[in-house]
Amino acid sequence: MTKASTIGKDFMPELNIRKIILSVEEVFHEGGPKSDTPVLRGACYAVLTNPFAGGYVPEIAGFMEDLKPLGLQLATRLADALGGAEKIEGYGKGSLVGAAGELEHGALWHAPGGYAMREVLNGTKAIVPSSKKVGGMGTRLDVPITHINASYVRSHFDSMEIGLNDAPRADELLFALVMSTGPRIHSRSGGLEASDITGQDGLR
Amino acid sequence: MKADIRKIAVWIEETHTEFGKAISPPTRKAVACAVIANPFAGQYVEDLSPLIEIGAELGTLLGKRAVTALGVAPADIQSYGKAAMVGENGELEHAAALLHPKMGAPLRAEVEKGAALVPSSKKRGGLGQDLDIPLGHKDAAYVRSHFDGVEIRLNDAPRANEILVAIAVTDSGRPLPRVGGLLHEEAKGEDGLR
Repeated sequence: MTKASTIGKDFMPELNIRKIILSVEEVFHEGGPKSDTPVLRGACYAVLTNPFAGGYVPEIAGFMEDLKPLGLQLATRLADALGGAEKIEGYGKGSLVGAAGELEHGALWHAPGGYAMREVLNGTKAIVPSSKKVGGMGTRLDVPITHINASYVRSHFDSMEIGLNDAPRADELLFALVMSTGPRIHSRSGGLEASDITGQDGLR
Repeated sequence: MKADIRKIAVWIEETHTEFGKAISPPTRKAVACAVIANPFAGQYVEDLSPLIEIGAELGTLLGKRAVTALGVAPADIQSYGKAAMVGENGELEHAAALLHPKMGAPLRAEVEKGAALVPSSKKRGGLGQDLDIPLGHKDAAYVRSHFDGVEIRLNDAPRANEILVAIAVTDSGRPLPRVGGLLHEEAKGEDGLR
């Protein structure tokens, strides 16, 4: 069962968080054999004011530091909603930038979003796949998902669509984390299996 | 379980600020929805009672999921709503069979009381189409601060032979209500209206 608590009050005052979304899907089947344990796929995301909206700002990297607590809180909440860190097998992250912002602002989520998930998931080896774009309210973003320890695990290549009707406004950012608890529900397209991961390189 | 459920999705939405004005505590909405097989897809069937029974089952399942998502006691739920979107091989009446005859009673059991009509919407639609679920105060339909709605959307549903069924609950009204009318605190909740 998905359980949520309110976390917004703990945020640093520098971030003006307007909304938090937690979205969890449980997949039982897709026309094939019904699974006893559904695969869970979830996203947790925040809509916040873009401090750089409206003009070109040369130095923006400092904002990544401000975003670290947000990353940790979203990652913690998402892992909890999916049954705990030990259940998580796939992950991804994404950014949506409102019309008065710049694609580069979306890139500010790479470090705080990615490192937060690695920390909450007790150290993972694979790169966190990501997507980003500039868009208006109601824009959907497909966030890619890959295995947390070996990027080539084919069964775990997936994605989750996120977005909401009233965001991002022109001067807002939407930062998302996505996690899954297993492979695609009827995975049968071969390739490296999770049980065959050998290396420590995050790839195989 | 009578329903063939392909997927269950739960959505929680919190609003913390609006134009710089803090909303404390944040307003919160939760939606639980199921993607089920439509047993009558592609044909006209006179007797819809199997769907009516599935509606009762989903009233309990989705009502419980939505309330659990907010993590509050059933009595703390303030508003609710329900909706269904029928895939292209189904009939609008299939949504009506799910929503109206038997879903209300089990849903009310999950939110404690629920004297007011459960506001609803229904439509036919395809994969990824938006479904707007109306929200109204659960015990007094005239509470103006709680007239609202919440949008859901699943990229892969409903397929042609499926139905997307949703229940929404809140523990709050709109973020910054200020258009008057009956207040939550004033509602008697006896006749379902005031």
